Amino acid sequence: MCLAVPAKVLQIEDTGPTRMARVDIGGVTQRVSLAYLPQVGPGEYVIVHVGFAIQRLDEDAALRSLETFAQMAGARERHR
Amino acid sequence: MRYLTEFRDPRALRALVEDIRATVTRPWAIMEVCGGQTHAILRYGLDQMLPEGVELIHGPGCPVCVTPLETIDRALAIASLPQVTFCSFGDMLRVPGSDGDLARVRAAGGDVRVVYSPLDAVELARRTPDRQVVFFAIGFETTAPANAMAVHLARATGLRNFTVLVSHMRVPPVVDAVMPAPGCRVQGFLAAGHVCSVMGTGEYHGPARRHRVPIVVTGFEPLDLLEGIRRTVRQLEAGRHEVENAYPRAVPDHGNPAARAMLEEVFGTTDRTWRGIGPIRDSGWGLSAAYREFDAEARFDVAGIRADEPAGCRAGEVLQGRLSPPDCPAFATACTPRTPLGATMVSGEGACAAHFRYRRTGTAGRSRDAVNR
Amino acid sequence: MTGHHDPAGGDDPTGSTGSGRGGGAGAPGKAGPDPSAWSCPLPSRAPGTVVMGHGSGGAMTSELIEQVFLPALGRPAGPLGDSAVLDLPSRQGGRLAFTTDAHVVQPLFFPGGCIGDLAVNGTVNDLAMAGAGPLALSCAFVLEEGTDLAVVDRVARAIGQAARAAGVPVVTGDTKVVQAGRGDGLYVTTAGVGLVPAGVGPRPDRVLPGDVVLLSGPIGAHGIAVLSVREGMDFVTDLRSDTAPLAGLVRAVLRADPDVHALRDPTRGGFAAVLNEIAAASGVGVEIEDTAVPVPEQVGAVCSFLGLDPWCVANEGRLVAFVREDRARGVLAAMRAHPAGSGAVAVGRCTGQDPGLVVARSAYGSTRIVDLPAGEQLPRIC
Repeated sequence: MCLAVPAKVLQIEDTGPTRMARVDIGGVTQRVSLAYLPQVGPGEYVIVHVGFAIQRLDEDAALRSLETFAQMAGARERHR
Repeated sequence: MRYLTEFRDPRALRALVEDIRATVTRPWAIMEVCGGQTHAILRYGLDQMLPEGVELIHGPGCPVCVTPLETIDRALAIASLPQVTFCSFGDMLRVPGSDGDLARVRAAGGDVRVVYSPLDAVELARRTPDRQVVFFAIGFETTAPANAMAVHLARATGLRNFTVLVSHMRVPPVVDAVMPAPGCRVQGFLAAGHVCSVMGTGEYHGPARRHRVPIVVTGFEPLDLLEGIRRTVRQLEAGRHEVENAYPRAVPDHGNPAARAMLEEVFGTTDRTWRGIGPIRDSGWGLSAAYREFDAEARFDVAGIRADEPAGCRAGEVLQGRLSPPDCPAFATACTPRTPLGATMVSGEGACAAHFRYRRTGTAGRSRDAVNR
Repeated sequence: MTGHHDPAGGDDPTGSTGSGRGGGAGAPGKAGPDPSAWSCPLPSRAPGTVVMGHGSGGAMTSELIEQVFLPALGRPAGPLGDSAVLDLPSRQGGRLAFTTDAHVVQPLFFPGGCIGDLAVNGTVNDLAMAGAGPLALSCAFVLEEGTDLAVVDRVARAIGQAARAAGVPVVTGDTKVVQAGRGDGLYVTTAGVGLVPAGVGPRPDRVLPGDVVLLSGPIGAHGIAVLSVREGMDFVTDLRSDTAPLAGLVRAVLRADPDVHALRDPTRGGFAAVLNEIAAASGVGVEIEDTAVPVPEQVGAVCSFLGLDPWCVANEGRLVAFVREDRARGVLAAMRAHPAGSGAVAVGRCTGQDPGLVVARSAYGSTRIVDLPAGEQLPRIC
């Protein structure tokens, strides 16, 4: 149910049955449907599942999570 | 890769494990309800790193494991019809029905195709108007919007030769089904992150309150999983039972409104029988009245669906966390990955298959000292 | 009918175009690289399509041999007979290695090569894994009626080029034609004989606890390159098949260690299959360091969204060597010095514990069991 991967939107294409985009996943280009993310544009990151972008990736939230992890790692190292 | 490698960092992982270790004072049993999460846990050996006493129970979160036997049998019958091109995700090809699986139907000459996206099946229907293309629409809420779009497009373009065999499941009712069962040891849940990317987090407040269990929305990378576990353990130790979002980068609380709107248009909730568990009210989706003409069950009247579960299969109890696979009498004797009785042995992520793989090491896959050096 | 360096058998060699079978560029109209740029770019001399008459052994058969197979695979010095007769190289000791392969890949052409490359390199490599230098190959075709003769020509030329690159002649062959609908365009079966030098004998059952596992380069490119041009797969990568002859690399390995315990090429079933086969045959445990196994980024990316395991993806130009611990550094250096092994790395070792069990250690120190792949790897959603 859950195999979905982060992808970077390269360009929008209106050639498919729904609004489509060319996205980059680790150097591989794929065409996915943006039907469920009408506001997303090039340069943004999305989660892709079975050929559909199902959600935007929130960069600020990602950075906050990473910051929390980094602080935990730093605190741990200080106590060793 | 962006948004992936950062969430696999070993330093941060060790810190998370230490935090869990420092927080735990009693044993806890946490259920994760997503095959993808189970896969990641096994792939990275995350359960090996947890302190003694924090147990992960692999729940009924995989379409392979829980699609009702009757549905599989119906799929096999439809796929065997000469006029049908049966399209399915790869996961379902080797799920055993009462007698055989889709791979065997293909071997016997059936036109069975593996597709990556439901739109591929729609395109195939468009290109081959003389064939009846049937798409096996399985999955949880993560996949439902894609499947819904396929049906929506079929209707919008007037496709007469496209139907779907629907067996969609919803996750929130699982909590309601698992918790009250006698012998249930589950004390907390990791909610599947990508399901919530679509549906948001709201549906879990009721179950968390009703059963007094913490439910933490969790992602799929090693750091995400450990963070989800960490937050669940913290709640358990503090006696809290709230819905928490540990995957905010991919889960806004409101989910994806456009996807939910399409789900509401194309599907309606329905009771579903979960293989090995039984019927759970409102736990699935079926086609709404407006889309009934695309229902493969209506278009193809396939008779004689037997749906005989093999005697001796106790996958249901395993799925609910009530039976550990090695304690099942059929485990590794009558039931092996090559000769599975139930779906939990078929699926690579199924609890029985996972235990089978590890039984030879004699340590059930737990080498706890591994990480903390 | 064959002779020295003669490739064709007595069958119907006609190829005529029409159905376009075997073009192999994926779905029609699919945007992407031009398949004719991947393999031999020379124009075909053979218009038309394969018909049943090409398999009948008469004038049409001779025509196919003359027009397609001999130019592609090499014309022999003498007349064409029923068998190729080879002079045995005079060498002290040594043993004959003999192998055969059937090739049914779809599509026939893919980035980095075609069925012809796989046919030659696959057989050369099977010989090489036994420590043998290739002496001669055979090549038999089963052609489907209606197949574009230009396709047959391209495949034949690819076989000829690959054979020359591998330094081995195709000395005998055969062609049969089957009715339309029965053949996927074109199947190729190859067999090869080679010479194993005295004192050399890599075998799956000779691996011992303590042996080091060496991998000659990054894995997964071939399988994913082929997948990228299969019907229904709508993704674009730069990946090219790694198909390559490994006889030279094996010679370099044997110079460094004539007594190398085992050599295997991770084709179907991939790296995971080889590890399991060796572990079972030799009764050893195998431990691999996850982070040591090189997987190209694009292979990892495709596997991540299709739910495939890179360790189970086919390779056609890689080998795994199981080497005594004290020889490992020398063998690794020899591999790296050879163009086909420039990416060689040590990835793990064999143990005396848990015979037959293959485990991988993650970057976190945790372990997982690496199973023999069950069957065909299928894309999954869960």
